[in-house]
Amino acid sequence: MNLFRIARKNIGAKPLNTVLSLMLLAFGVGIISLLFIVEDKLQDQFDRNIRDIDMVLGAKGSPLQLILANVYHIDVPTGNISRREAEKIMKHPYIESAIPMAYGDNYEMYRIVGTTEAYPAHYGATLQEGRMFDAPYSASIGAEVAKTLGLKLGDHFFSAHGLTDGTDVHADQQFTIVGIFAPTGTVIDQLILTPMESVWGVHEAEAAEREEDPSDEITAVLLTKKNPLAVVMMPNLLKETNMQIALPSIEINRLQSNFGIGMATLRALAILIMLISFVSVFISLYNSLKERKYELALMRTMGATRFTLFALILLEGMLLTALGTLIGLGLSRVGLLALGDQLKAKFRYDIVDMGMLPGEWLLVIITIFVGILASLLPAITAVRIDISKTLADA
Amino acid sequence: MQFPDVACGAQEHLLLLGESGTGKTTLLHLLAGMLRPSAGSIVIDNQEITNLSSRALDRFRGARIGIVFQTAHFVHSLTVEDNLTLPQFLAGKTSDKQRARDLLERMNLANKLTRRPSELSIGEQQRVAIARALMNNPAILLADEPTSALDDKNANHVIDLLEAEARNTGASLIIVTHDQRLKDRFEKRVTL
Repeated sequence: MNLFRIARKNIGAKPLNTVLSLMLLAFGVGIISLLFIVEDKLQDQFDRNIRDIDMVLGAKGSPLQLILANVYHIDVPTGNISRREAEKIMKHPYIESAIPMAYGDNYEMYRIVGTTEAYPAHYGATLQEGRMFDAPYSASIGAEVAKTLGLKLGDHFFSAHGLTDGTDVHADQQFTIVGIFAPTGTVIDQLILTPMESVWGVHEAEAAEREEDPSDEITAVLLTKKNPLAVVMMPNLLKETNMQIALPSIEINRLQSNFGIGMATLRALAILIMLISFVSVFISLYNSLKERKYELALMRTMGATRFTLFALILLEGMLLTALGTLIGLGLSRVGLLALGDQLKAKFRYDIVDMGMLPGEWLLVIITIFVGILASLLPAITAVRIDISKTLADA
Repeated sequence: MQFPDVACGAQEHLLLLGESGTGKTTLLHLLAGMLRPSAGSIVIDNQEITNLSSRALDRFRGARIGIVFQTAHFVHSLTVEDNLTLPQFLAGKTSDKQRARDLLERMNLANKLTRRPSELSIGEQQRVAIARALMNNPAILLADEPTSALDDKNANHVIDLLEAEARNTGASLIIVTHDQRLKDRFEKRVTL
Protein backbone atom coordinates (compact mmCIF):
# COMPACT_ATOMS: atom_id res chain seq x y z
CA MET A 1 0.00 0.00 0.00
CA ASN A 2 1.28 3.43 -0.88
CA LEU A 3 -0.03 6.80 -1.95
CA PHE A 4 0.67 6.10 -5.60
CA ARG A 5 -1.41 2.94 -5.48
CA ILE A 6 -4.35 4.79 -3.91
CA ALA A 7 -4.07 7.55 -6.53
CA ARG A 8 -3.94 4.99 -9.33
CA LYS A 9 -7.00 3.12 -8.00
CA ASN A 10 -8.92 6.36 -7.56
CA ILE A 11 -8.27 7.37 -11.16
CA GLY A 12 -9.25 3.91 -12.36
CA ALA A 13 -12.47 4.04 -10.34
CA LYS A 14 -13.79 6.83 -12.61
CA PRO A 15 -13.10 5.45 -16.07
CA LEU A 16 -15.33 7.85 -18.02
CA ASN A 17 -13.98 11.04 -16.45
CA THR A 18 -10.47 9.69 -16.76
CA VAL A 19 -10.84 8.77 -20.43
CA LEU A 20 -12.25 12.22 -21.25
CA SER A 21 -9.37 14.02 -19.55
CA LEU A 22 -6.81 11.70 -21.08
CA MET A 23 -8.25 12.04 -24.60
CA LEU A 24 -8.26 15.83 -24.48
CA LEU A 25 -4.75 15.98 -23.08
CA ALA A 26 -3.41 13.40 -25.51
CA PHE A 27 -4.84 15.26 -28.53
CA GLY A 28 -3.50 18.61 -27.38
CA VAL A 29 -0.05 17.29 -26.64
CA GLY A 30 -0.08 15.09 -29.76
CA ILE A 31 -0.87 17.93 -32.16
CA ILE A 32 1.67 20.30 -30.63
CA SER A 33 4.40 17.70 -30.59
CA LEU A 34 3.66 16.70 -34.19
CA LEU A 35 3.89 20.36 -35.22
CA PHE A 36 7.21 20.65 -33.42
CA ILE A 37 8.63 17.65 -35.22
CA VAL A 38 7.39 18.55 -38.69
CA GLU A 39 8.59 22.14 -38.37
CA ASP A 40 11.93 21.01 -37.07
CA LYS A 41 12.48 18.45 -39.81
CA LEU A 42 11.34 20.73 -42.62
CA GLN A 43 13.50 23.55 -41.31
CA ASP A 44 16.39 21.14 -41.15
CA GLN A 45 15.80 20.02 -44.74
CA PHE A 46 15.44 23.60 -45.94
CA ASP A 47 18.64 24.69 -44.23
CA ARG A 48 20.69 21.71 -45.29
CA ASN A 49 19.79 22.08 -48.94
CA ILE A 50 20.30 25.81 -49.15
CA ARG A 51 23.77 25.45 -47.71
CA ASP A 52 25.81 28.22 -49.33
CA ILE A 53 23.69 28.78 -52.37
CA ASP A 54 23.14 32.53 -52.47
CA MET A 55 21.28 32.80 -55.74
CA VAL A 56 19.69 30.62 -58.36
CA LEU A 57 19.76 31.68 -61.96
CA GLY A 58 16.96 30.32 -64.16
CA ALA A 59 14.15 31.11 -66.53
CA LYS A 60 11.73 33.91 -65.67
CA GLY A 61 8.68 32.84 -63.70
CA SER A 62 7.85 32.38 -60.08
CA PRO A 63 11.02 32.89 -58.03
CA LEU A 64 9.70 30.48 -55.41
CA GLN A 65 9.14 27.85 -58.08
CA LEU A 66 12.68 28.42 -59.33
CA ILE A 67 14.02 27.70 -55.85
CA LEU A 68 11.76 24.73 -55.15
CA ALA A 69 12.63 23.20 -58.51
CA ASN A 70 16.37 23.74 -58.53
CA VAL A 71 17.42 23.68 -54.91
CA TYR A 72 14.96 21.16 -53.49
CA HIS A 73 13.81 19.35 -56.63
CA ILE A 74 10.20 19.30 -55.47
CA ASP A 75 8.70 21.51 -58.18
CA VAL A 76 9.04 21.62 -61.97
CA PRO A 77 11.49 24.14 -63.43
CA THR A 78 10.33 27.49 -64.76
CA GLY A 79 11.81 26.70 -68.19
CA ASN A 80 15.19 26.53 -69.90
CA ILE A 81 17.78 29.23 -70.35
CA SER A 82 20.58 29.74 -72.85
CA ARG A 83 23.91 28.37 -71.70
CA ARG A 84 25.79 31.07 -73.56
CA GLU A 85 23.83 33.81 -71.82
CA ALA A 86 24.11 32.07 -68.46
CA GLU A 87 27.87 31.79 -68.83
CA LYS A 88 28.17 35.55 -68.94
CA ILE A 89 26.72 35.65 -65.45
CA MET A 90 28.68 32.61 -64.26
CA LYS A 91 31.94 34.27 -65.21
CA HIS A 92 31.04 37.62 -63.71
CA PRO A 93 33.73 38.85 -61.28
CA TYR A 94 31.18 39.18 -58.45
CA ILE A 95 30.44 35.45 -58.63
CA GLU A 96 32.49 33.03 -56.57
CA SER A 97 31.27 29.73 -57.95
CA ALA A 98 28.57 28.51 -60.31
CA ILE A 99 27.06 25.06 -60.72
CA PRO A 100 25.08 24.58 -63.93
CA MET A 101 22.26 22.03 -64.12
CA ALA A 102 20.32 20.65 -67.07
CA TYR A 103 17.48 18.25 -66.52
CA GLY A 104 14.02 17.26 -67.65
CA ASP A 105 14.01 13.48 -67.54
CA ASN A 106 13.54 10.92 -64.83
CA TYR A 107 14.05 7.27 -64.08
CA GLU A 108 11.32 5.75 -61.92
CA MET A 109 10.41 9.30 -60.79
CA TYR A 110 13.97 10.08 -59.69
CA ARG A 111 15.35 13.10 -61.54
CA ILE A 112 18.27 12.67 -63.88
CA VAL A 113 20.30 15.85 -63.46
CA GLY A 114 23.05 16.79 -65.88
CA THR A 115 25.67 18.78 -63.98
CA THR A 116 29.34 18.94 -63.05
CA GLU A 117 31.31 17.38 -60.20
CA ALA A 118 30.96 20.67 -58.38
CA TYR A 119 27.32 19.84 -57.58
CA PRO A 120 27.88 16.76 -55.35
CA ALA A 121 31.04 18.40 -54.03
CA HIS A 122 29.00 21.42 -52.89
CA TYR A 123 26.93 19.15 -50.60
CA GLY A 124 29.98 17.25 -49.41
CA ALA A 125 28.76 14.05 -51.07
CA THR A 126 31.33 11.30 -51.15
CA LEU A 127 31.17 8.10 -53.17
CA GLN A 128 30.31 4.97 -51.30
CA GLU A 129 31.03 2.76 -54.29
CA GLY A 130 32.36 3.23 -57.80
CA ARG A 131 33.42 6.54 -59.28
CA MET A 132 32.14 9.97 -60.19
CA PHE A 133 30.11 10.27 -63.43
CA ASP A 134 32.72 11.10 -66.06
CA ALA A 135 31.53 10.21 -69.53
CA PRO A 136 28.21 10.79 -71.32
CA TYR A 137 25.58 8.29 -70.12
CA SER A 138 27.53 7.37 -67.02
CA ALA A 139 25.57 8.10 -63.84
CA SER A 140 26.37 8.40 -60.15
CA ILE A 141 23.25 7.96 -58.05
CA GLY A 142 22.12 9.13 -54.61
CA ALA A 143 21.93 6.72 -51.67
CA GLU A 144 18.14 6.88 -51.46
CA VAL A 145 17.76 6.17 -55.19
CA ALA A 146 20.02 3.14 -54.94
CA LYS A 147 18.23 1.85 -51.86
CA THR A 148 14.67 2.36 -53.08
CA LEU A 149 15.20 1.05 -56.61
CA GLY A 150 17.72 -1.61 -55.59
CA LEU A 151 20.29 -0.38 -58.12
CA LYS A 152 23.88 -1.60 -58.16
CA LEU A 153 27.07 -0.56 -59.92
CA GLY A 154 27.03 -1.57 -63.58
CA ASP A 155 23.21 -1.57 -63.79
CA HIS A 156 21.68 -0.01 -66.91
CA PHE A 157 18.51 2.03 -67.29
CA PHE A 158 16.70 4.22 -69.82
CA SER A 159 15.52 7.69 -68.98
CA ALA A 160 11.87 8.66 -69.30
CA HIS A 161 10.79 12.05 -70.61
CA GLY A 162 9.52 14.59 -68.14
CA LEU A 163 9.73 14.69 -64.39
CA THR A 164 6.51 13.07 -63.38
CA ASP A 165 5.70 9.75 -65.00
CA GLY A 166 7.62 7.06 -66.82
CA THR A 167 5.48 6.42 -69.87
CA ASP A 168 7.54 8.09 -72.60
CA VAL A 169 10.88 6.29 -72.48
CA HIS A 170 13.92 7.40 -74.45
CA ALA A 171 14.86 3.93 -75.65
CA ASP A 172 17.82 4.90 -77.78
CA GLN A 173 20.30 5.86 -75.09
CA GLN A 174 21.17 3.68 -72.17
CA PHE A 175 22.63 4.97 -68.91
CA THR A 176 25.16 2.98 -66.87
CA ILE A 177 25.57 3.34 -63.13
CA VAL A 178 29.22 3.98 -62.33
CA GLY A 179 28.95 5.32 -58.78
CA ILE A 180 26.73 5.41 -55.69
CA PHE A 181 26.98 8.29 -53.20
CA ALA A 182 27.05 7.83 -49.45
CA PRO A 183 23.92 9.25 -47.72
CA THR A 184 24.21 13.02 -47.21
CA GLY A 185 20.82 13.95 -45.79
CA THR A 186 20.50 16.42 -48.66
CA VAL A 187 18.78 16.49 -52.01
CA ILE A 188 21.74 14.60 -53.56
CA ASP A 189 20.37 11.39 -51.98
CA GLN A 190 17.34 11.67 -54.26
CA LEU A 191 19.04 12.42 -57.55
CA ILE A 192 20.70 10.63 -60.48
CA LEU A 193 23.71 12.71 -61.57
CA THR A 194 25.26 12.56 -65.00
CA PRO A 195 27.34 14.87 -67.21
CA MET A 196 25.33 17.52 -69.03
CA GLU A 197 26.24 15.96 -72.35
CA SER A 198 24.01 12.97 -71.51
CA VAL A 199 20.99 15.22 -71.10
CA TRP A 200 21.76 17.15 -74.25
CA GLY A 201 22.34 13.91 -76.16
CA VAL A 202 19.04 12.44 -75.14
CA HIS A 203 17.23 15.47 -76.51
CA GLU A 204 19.30 15.90 -79.66
CA ALA A 205 16.63 14.55 -82.00
CA GLU A 206 13.84 16.76 -80.60
CA ALA A 207 16.09 19.80 -80.76
CA ALA A 208 17.09 19.03 -84.32
CA GLU A 209 13.43 19.18 -85.35
CA ARG A 210 13.23 22.64 -83.84
CA GLU A 211 16.58 23.60 -85.40
CA GLU A 212 18.15 24.37 -82.03
CA ASP A 213 21.44 23.40 -80.55
CA PRO A 214 20.57 21.28 -77.51
CA SER A 215 23.91 22.02 -75.87
CA ASP A 216 22.83 25.62 -75.55
CA GLU A 217 20.01 24.68 -73.18
CA ILE A 218 20.41 24.45 -69.46
CA THR A 219 17.83 24.57 -66.68
CA ALA A 220 19.44 26.60 -63.95
CA VAL A 221 22.67 27.66 -62.30
CA LEU A 222 23.35 27.62 -58.55
CA LEU A 223 25.48 30.63 -57.63
CA THR A 224 27.53 31.71 -54.66
CA LYS A 225 28.56 35.35 -54.60
CA LYS A 226 31.96 36.84 -54.04
CA ASN A 227 30.66 40.34 -53.58
CA PRO A 228 27.41 41.21 -51.79
CA LEU A 229 26.70 43.74 -54.52
CA ALA A 230 26.01 40.82 -56.86
CA VAL A 231 22.49 40.56 -55.45
CA VAL A 232 21.77 44.22 -56.15
CA MET A 233 23.35 44.29 -59.58
CA MET A 234 22.07 41.04 -61.09
CA PRO A 235 18.49 42.11 -61.87
CA ASN A 236 19.88 44.92 -64.06
CA LEU A 237 22.15 42.55 -65.93
CA LEU A 238 19.25 40.22 -66.63
CA LYS A 239 16.78 42.85 -67.75
CA GLU A 240 17.06 42.12 -71.45
CA THR A 241 17.13 38.32 -71.10
CA ASN A 242 14.55 35.63 -70.28
CA MET A 243 16.50 34.93 -67.11
CA GLN A 244 16.01 35.89 -63.47
CA ILE A 245 17.78 35.28 -60.21
CA ALA A 246 16.04 34.19 -57.03
CA LEU A 247 17.42 34.19 -53.49
CA PRO A 248 16.70 30.93 -51.69
CA SER A 249 16.81 32.43 -48.20
CA ILE A 250 14.25 35.09 -49.08
CA GLU A 251 11.92 32.75 -50.95
CA ILE A 252 12.02 30.15 -48.18
CA ASN A 253 11.36 32.79 -45.56
CA ARG A 254 8.37 33.94 -47.56
CA LEU A 255 7.17 30.37 -47.92
CA GLN A 256 7.57 29.72 -44.23
CA SER A 257 5.70 32.84 -43.22
CA ASN A 258 2.83 31.61 -45.39
CA PHE A 259 3.04 28.15 -43.87
CA GLY A 260 3.44 29.87 -40.54
CA ILE A 261 -0.16 31.12 -40.52
CA GLY A 262 -1.43 27.57 -40.90
CA MET A 263 0.99 26.28 -38.32
CA ALA A 264 0.07 29.07 -35.89
CA THR A 265 -3.64 28.33 -36.31
CA LEU A 266 -3.07 24.65 -35.62
CA ARG A 267 -0.93 25.46 -32.63
CA ALA A 268 -3.54 27.83 -31.22
CA LEU A 269 -6.14 25.09 -31.65
CA ALA A 270 -3.94 22.56 -29.91
CA ILE A 271 -3.30 24.93 -27.01
CA LEU A 272 -7.05 25.48 -26.73
CA ILE A 273 -7.61 21.71 -26.59
CA MET A 274 -4.98 21.45 -23.88
CA LEU A 275 -6.57 24.25 -21.87
CA ILE A 276 -9.91 22.45 -22.09
CA SER A 277 -8.19 19.29 -20.96
CA PHE A 278 -6.78 21.03 -17.90
CA VAL A 279 -10.25 22.32 -17.08
CA SER A 280 -11.49 18.76 -17.49
CA VAL A 281 -8.81 17.44 -15.12
CA PHE A 282 -9.78 20.15 -12.66
CA ILE A 283 -13.50 19.42 -12.91
CA SER A 284 -13.09 15.69 -12.63
CA LEU A 285 -10.89 16.02 -9.54
CA TYR A 286 -13.18 18.61 -8.01
CA ASN A 287 -16.33 16.57 -8.62
CA SER A 288 -14.80 13.39 -7.30
CA LEU A 289 -13.79 15.36 -4.24
CA LYS A 290 -17.40 16.09 -3.43
CA GLU A 291 -18.23 12.40 -3.53
CA ARG A 292 -15.07 11.43 -1.71
CA LYS A 293 -15.31 13.95 1.11
CA TYR A 294 -16.25 11.18 3.56
CA GLU A 295 -13.42 8.92 2.48
CA LEU A 296 -10.93 11.72 2.79
CA ALA A 297 -12.18 12.63 6.27
CA LEU A 298 -12.06 8.94 7.10
CA MET A 299 -8.47 8.75 5.98
CA ARG A 300 -7.70 11.55 8.40
CA THR A 301 -9.23 9.54 11.26
CA MET A 302 -6.91 6.70 10.32
CA GLY A 303 -3.78 8.79 10.67
CA ALA A 304 -3.53 10.65 7.35
CA THR A 305 -2.31 14.22 7.84
CA ARG A 306 -3.60 17.19 5.88
CA PHE A 307 -0.46 16.93 3.82
CA THR A 308 -1.18 13.28 2.97
CA LEU A 309 -4.51 14.29 1.43
CA PHE A 310 -2.94 17.24 -0.37
CA ALA A 311 -0.27 14.97 -1.82
CA LEU A 312 -2.84 12.34 -2.81
CA ILE A 313 -5.00 14.75 -4.85
CA LEU A 314 -1.94 16.36 -6.42
CA LEU A 315 -0.60 12.93 -7.30
CA GLU A 316 -3.89 12.00 -8.96
CA GLY A 317 -3.74 15.17 -11.06
CA MET A 318 -0.12 14.59 -12.00
CA LEU A 319 -0.77 10.97 -12.83
CA LEU A 320 -3.58 12.02 -15.18
CA THR A 321 -1.51 14.68 -16.92
CA ALA A 322 1.59 12.50 -17.16
CA LEU A 323 -0.44 9.65 -18.64
CA GLY A 324 -2.19 12.01 -21.07
CA THR A 325 1.15 13.52 -22.11
CA LEU A 326 2.63 10.08 -22.67
CA ILE A 327 -0.32 9.00 -24.83
CA GLY A 328 -0.06 12.32 -26.71
CA LEU A 329 3.61 11.77 -27.50
CA GLY A 330 2.75 8.24 -28.66
CA LEU A 331 -0.02 9.67 -30.86
CA SER A 332 2.32 12.20 -32.44
CA ARG A 333 4.72 9.35 -33.33
CA VAL A 334 1.89 7.44 -34.97
CA GLY A 335 0.89 10.61 -36.83
CA LEU A 336 4.50 11.14 -37.83
CA LEU A 337 4.73 7.66 -39.32
CA ALA A 338 1.57 8.26 -41.36
CA LEU A 339 2.63 11.75 -42.43
CA GLY A 340 6.21 10.61 -43.01
CA ASP A 341 5.11 8.03 -45.54
CA GLN A 342 3.10 10.64 -47.42
CA LEU A 343 5.90 13.20 -47.39
CA LYS A 344 8.35 10.59 -48.50
CA ALA A 345 6.13 9.48 -51.36
CA LYS A 346 5.49 13.06 -52.45
CA PHE A 347 8.70 14.95 -51.71
CA ARG A 348 11.04 12.10 -50.83
CA TYR A 349 11.75 13.79 -47.53
CA ASP A 350 12.45 11.53 -44.64
CA ILE A 351 11.06 13.15 -41.50
CA VAL A 352 10.50 10.03 -39.42
CA ASP A 353 12.59 10.30 -36.27
CA MET A 354 11.26 8.85 -33.04
CA GLY A 355 13.60 10.79 -30.76
CA MET A 356 12.45 13.56 -28.44
CA LEU A 357 13.04 17.16 -29.47
CA PRO A 358 14.08 19.74 -26.86
CA GLY A 359 10.80 21.52 -27.52
CA GLU A 360 8.94 18.37 -26.61
CA TRP A 361 10.70 18.05 -23.27
CA LEU A 362 9.66 21.61 -22.59
CA LEU A 363 6.11 20.68 -23.57
CA VAL A 364 6.18 17.77 -21.10
CA ILE A 365 7.44 19.98 -18.29
CA ILE A 366 4.88 22.71 -18.99
CA THR A 367 2.05 20.20 -19.25
CA ILE A 368 2.85 18.54 -15.95
CA PHE A 369 3.32 21.92 -14.31
CA VAL A 370 -0.11 23.13 -15.50
CA GLY A 371 -1.50 19.73 -14.45
CA ILE A 372 -0.26 20.45 -10.94
CA LEU A 373 -1.86 23.91 -11.08
CA ALA A 374 -5.17 22.35 -12.12
CA SER A 375 -5.07 19.96 -9.16
CA LEU A 376 -3.98 22.60 -6.69
CA LEU A 377 -7.42 23.96 -5.85
CA PRO A 378 -8.96 20.49 -5.38
CA ALA A 379 -5.95 19.55 -3.23
CA ILE A 380 -6.37 22.64 -1.07
CA THR A 381 -10.07 21.85 -0.72
CA ALA A 382 -9.10 18.37 0.51
CA VAL A 383 -6.82 19.93 3.09
CA ARG A 384 -9.62 22.14 4.40
CA ILE A 385 -12.13 19.35 5.00
CA ASP A 386 -13.53 19.57 8.53
CA ILE A 387 -13.40 15.90 9.53
CA SER A 388 -15.72 16.14 12.54
CA LYS A 389 -18.43 17.99 10.62
CA THR A 390 -18.11 15.79 7.54
CA LEU A 391 -18.38 12.54 9.44
CA ALA A 392 -21.14 13.80 11.77
CA ASP A 393 -23.26 14.65 8.72
CA ALA A 394 -22.78 11.19 7.29
CA MET B 1 -21.76 22.20 25.61
CA GLN B 2 -20.38 20.58 28.77
CA PHE B 3 -19.58 16.98 29.64
CA PRO B 4 -19.05 15.30 32.98
CA ASP B 5 -15.66 13.81 33.85
CA VAL B 6 -15.44 10.35 32.37
CA ALA B 7 -12.73 7.77 33.02
CA CYS B 8 -12.14 4.42 31.37
CA GLY B 9 -9.20 2.28 32.51
CA ALA B 10 -6.99 0.16 30.33
CA GLN B 11 -8.96 -2.70 28.78
CA GLU B 12 -12.16 -1.53 30.49
CA HIS B 13 -15.47 -1.32 28.62
CA LEU B 14 -17.56 1.80 29.07
CA LEU B 15 -21.00 2.74 27.77
CA LEU B 16 -21.90 6.40 27.28
CA LEU B 17 -25.68 6.68 27.10
CA GLY B 18 -27.48 9.78 25.94
CA GLU B 19 -30.65 10.87 24.16
CA SER B 20 -30.26 12.69 20.86
CA GLY B 21 -29.19 16.27 21.32
CA THR B 22 -27.04 15.51 24.35
CA GLY B 23 -23.88 15.84 22.27
CA LYS B 24 -22.98 12.15 22.02
CA THR B 25 -21.26 12.47 18.65
CA THR B 26 -19.51 15.65 19.75
CA LEU B 27 -18.11 13.81 22.75
CA LEU B 28 -16.95 10.92 20.58
CA HIS B 29 -15.26 13.32 18.16
CA LEU B 30 -13.58 15.06 21.11
CA LEU B 31 -12.31 11.72 22.44
CA ALA B 32 -11.06 10.83 18.98
CA GLY B 33 -9.20 14.10 18.62
CA MET B 34 -11.34 15.08 15.64
CA LEU B 35 -12.56 18.17 17.51
CA ARG B 36 -10.69 20.32 19.97
CA PRO B 37 -12.39 21.18 23.28
CA SER B 38 -12.50 24.87 24.31
CA ALA B 39 -11.61 23.84 27.84
CA GLY B 40 -10.73 20.71 29.73
CA SER B 41 -8.40 17.83 29.19
CA ILE B 42 -8.42 14.49 27.35
CA VAL B 43 -5.78 11.88 28.20
CA ILE B 44 -5.43 8.72 26.16
CA ASP B 45 -2.75 6.13 26.86
CA ASN B 46 -1.00 8.64 29.16
CA GLN B 47 -0.95 11.24 26.38
CA GLU B 48 -2.67 14.58 26.81
CA ILE B 49 -4.10 15.06 23.31
CA THR B 50 -5.63 18.55 23.57
CA ASN B 51 -2.30 20.31 23.12
CA LEU B 52 -0.91 18.17 20.31
CA SER B 53 -0.26 19.85 16.96
CA SER B 54 -2.67 19.02 14.13
CA ARG B 55 -0.11 16.77 12.51
CA ALA B 56 0.88 15.00 15.73
CA LEU B 57 -2.79 14.53 16.56
CA ASP B 58 -3.42 12.90 13.15
CA ARG B 59 -0.51 10.56 13.76
CA PHE B 60 -1.56 9.76 17.33
CA ARG B 61 -5.13 9.10 16.24
CA GLY B 62 -3.95 6.77 13.49
CA ALA B 63 -1.67 4.81 15.79
CA ARG B 64 -3.60 4.65 19.09
CA ILE B 65 -7.31 5.21 18.40
CA GLY B 66 -9.68 2.93 16.49
CA ILE B 67 -13.03 4.41 15.50
CA VAL B 68 -16.20 2.63 14.36
CA PHE B 69 -18.67 5.10 12.89
CA GLN B 70 -22.43 4.81 12.82
CA THR B 71 -22.38 4.19 9.09
CA ALA B 72 -19.43 2.39 7.62
CA HIS B 73 -17.39 4.40 5.12
CA PHE B 74 -14.64 3.06 2.92
CA VAL B 75 -12.27 4.18 0.21
CA HIS B 76 -14.47 2.87 -2.56
CA SER B 77 -11.82 2.35 -5.18
CA LEU B 78 -9.92 -0.08 -2.93
CA THR B 79 -10.67 -3.72 -2.11
CA VAL B 80 -11.57 -4.90 1.39
CA GLU B 81 -7.97 -6.01 1.91
CA ASP B 82 -6.57 -2.66 0.79
CA ASN B 83 -9.07 -0.85 3.00
CA LEU B 84 -7.78 -2.88 5.94
CA THR B 85 -4.08 -2.24 5.24
CA LEU B 86 -4.79 1.45 4.56
CA PRO B 87 -4.72 2.46 8.28
CA GLN B 88 -1.32 0.80 8.64
CA PHE B 89 0.04 2.77 5.71
CA LEU B 90 -1.54 6.04 6.86
CA ALA B 91 -0.19 5.59 10.39
CA GLY B 92 3.25 4.99 8.91
CA LYS B 93 3.45 1.32 9.84
CA THR B 94 4.55 -1.54 7.61
CA SER B 95 1.65 -3.29 5.98
CA ASP B 96 0.71 -6.56 7.70
CA LYS B 97 -1.64 -8.50 5.44
CA GLN B 98 -1.72 -11.42 7.88
CA ARG B 99 -3.37 -9.23 10.52
CA ALA B 100 -6.02 -8.24 7.94
CA ARG B 101 -6.68 -11.92 7.12
CA ASP B 102 -6.82 -12.96 10.77
CA LEU B 103 -9.30 -10.24 11.65
CA LEU B 104 -11.52 -11.03 8.65
CA GLU B 105 -11.36 -14.70 9.58
CA ARG B 106 -12.69 -13.91 13.03
CA MET B 107 -15.43 -11.77 11.49
CA ASN B 108 -16.41 -14.67 9.23
CA LEU B 109 -15.51 -12.59 6.17
CA ALA B 110 -12.37 -14.39 5.01
CA ASN B 111 -13.85 -14.90 1.54
CA LYS B 112 -14.49 -11.16 1.03
CA LEU B 113 -10.84 -10.14 0.97
CA THR B 114 -10.71 -9.14 -2.68
CA ARG B 115 -14.22 -7.66 -2.88
CA ARG B 116 -15.09 -4.00 -3.08
CA PRO B 117 -16.75 -2.71 0.11
CA SER B 118 -19.80 -1.67 -1.94
CA GLU B 119 -20.40 -5.32 -2.86
CA LEU B 120 -20.89 -6.25 0.81
CA SER B 121 -24.13 -6.16 2.83
CA ILE B 122 -24.55 -3.41 5.45
CA GLY B 123 -23.88 -5.91 8.25
CA GLU B 124 -20.74 -7.17 6.55
CA GLN B 125 -19.58 -3.62 5.94
CA GLN B 126 -19.92 -2.83 9.62
CA ARG B 127 -17.83 -5.88 10.57
CA VAL B 128 -15.13 -4.84 8.10
CA ALA B 129 -15.23 -1.36 9.68
CA ILE B 130 -14.66 -2.95 13.11
CA ALA B 131 -11.77 -5.00 11.73
CA ARG B 132 -10.28 -1.84 10.23
CA ALA B 133 -10.51 0.01 13.56
CA LEU B 134 -8.46 -2.78 15.14
CA MET B 135 -5.78 -3.08 12.46
CA ASN B 136 -3.25 -0.86 14.27
CA ASN B 137 -3.77 -2.47 17.73
CA PRO B 138 -5.25 0.74 19.17
CA ALA B 139 -5.16 1.57 22.85
CA ILE B 140 -8.79 2.55 22.65
CA LEU B 141 -11.69 1.52 20.43
CA LEU B 142 -14.44 4.12 20.01
CA ALA B 143 -17.84 3.10 18.62
CA ASP B 144 -20.56 5.57 17.62
CA GLU B 145 -24.09 4.09 17.74
CA PRO B 146 -22.96 0.71 16.46
CA THR B 147 -26.37 -0.93 17.02
CA SER B 148 -28.94 1.75 16.29
CA ALA B 149 -29.89 0.32 12.90
CA LEU B 150 -29.90 -3.35 13.96
CA ASP B 151 -32.52 -5.74 15.37
CA ASP B 152 -32.01 -7.33 18.81
CA LYS B 153 -30.20 -10.39 17.52
CA ASN B 154 -27.76 -8.51 15.34
CA ALA B 155 -27.27 -5.79 17.92
CA ASN B 156 -26.20 -8.39 20.47
CA HIS B 157 -23.92 -9.98 17.92
CA VAL B 158 -22.14 -6.70 17.13
CA ILE B 159 -21.66 -5.88 20.81
CA ASP B 160 -20.29 -9.39 21.42
CA LEU B 161 -17.90 -8.87 18.58
CA LEU B 162 -16.76 -5.42 19.77
CA GLU B 163 -16.18 -6.71 23.30
CA ALA B 164 -14.38 -9.85 22.17
CA GLU B 165 -12.12 -8.04 19.74
CA ALA B 166 -11.35 -5.22 22.16
CA ARG B 167 -10.31 -7.88 24.65
CA ASN B 168 -8.31 -9.71 21.98
CA THR B 169 -6.44 -6.57 21.05
CA GLY B 170 -6.07 -5.39 24.61
CA ALA B 171 -7.90 -2.13 23.87
CA SER B 172 -10.28 -0.16 26.03
CA LEU B 173 -13.77 0.07 24.54
CA ILE B 174 -16.05 3.10 24.67
CA ILE B 175 -19.46 2.88 23.05
CA VAL B 176 -21.55 6.01 22.61
CA THR B 177 -25.24 5.31 22.05
CA HIS B 178 -28.85 6.16 22.79
CA ASP B 179 -29.78 2.47 22.46
CA GLN B 180 -31.35 1.54 25.82
CA ARG B 181 -31.04 -2.18 24.97
CA LEU B 182 -27.32 -2.01 25.74
CA LYS B 183 -27.82 -0.59 29.23
CA ASP B 184 -27.80 -3.94 31.00
CA ARG B 185 -24.85 -5.34 29.12
CA PHE B 186 -22.29 -2.94 30.59
CA GLU B 187 -21.32 -2.61 34.19
CA LYS B 188 -19.59 0.73 33.65
CA ARG B 189 -21.86 3.28 32.11
CA VAL B 190 -22.33 7.04 32.19
CA THR B 191 -25.53 8.79 31.26
CA LEU B 192 -25.06 12.16 29.61
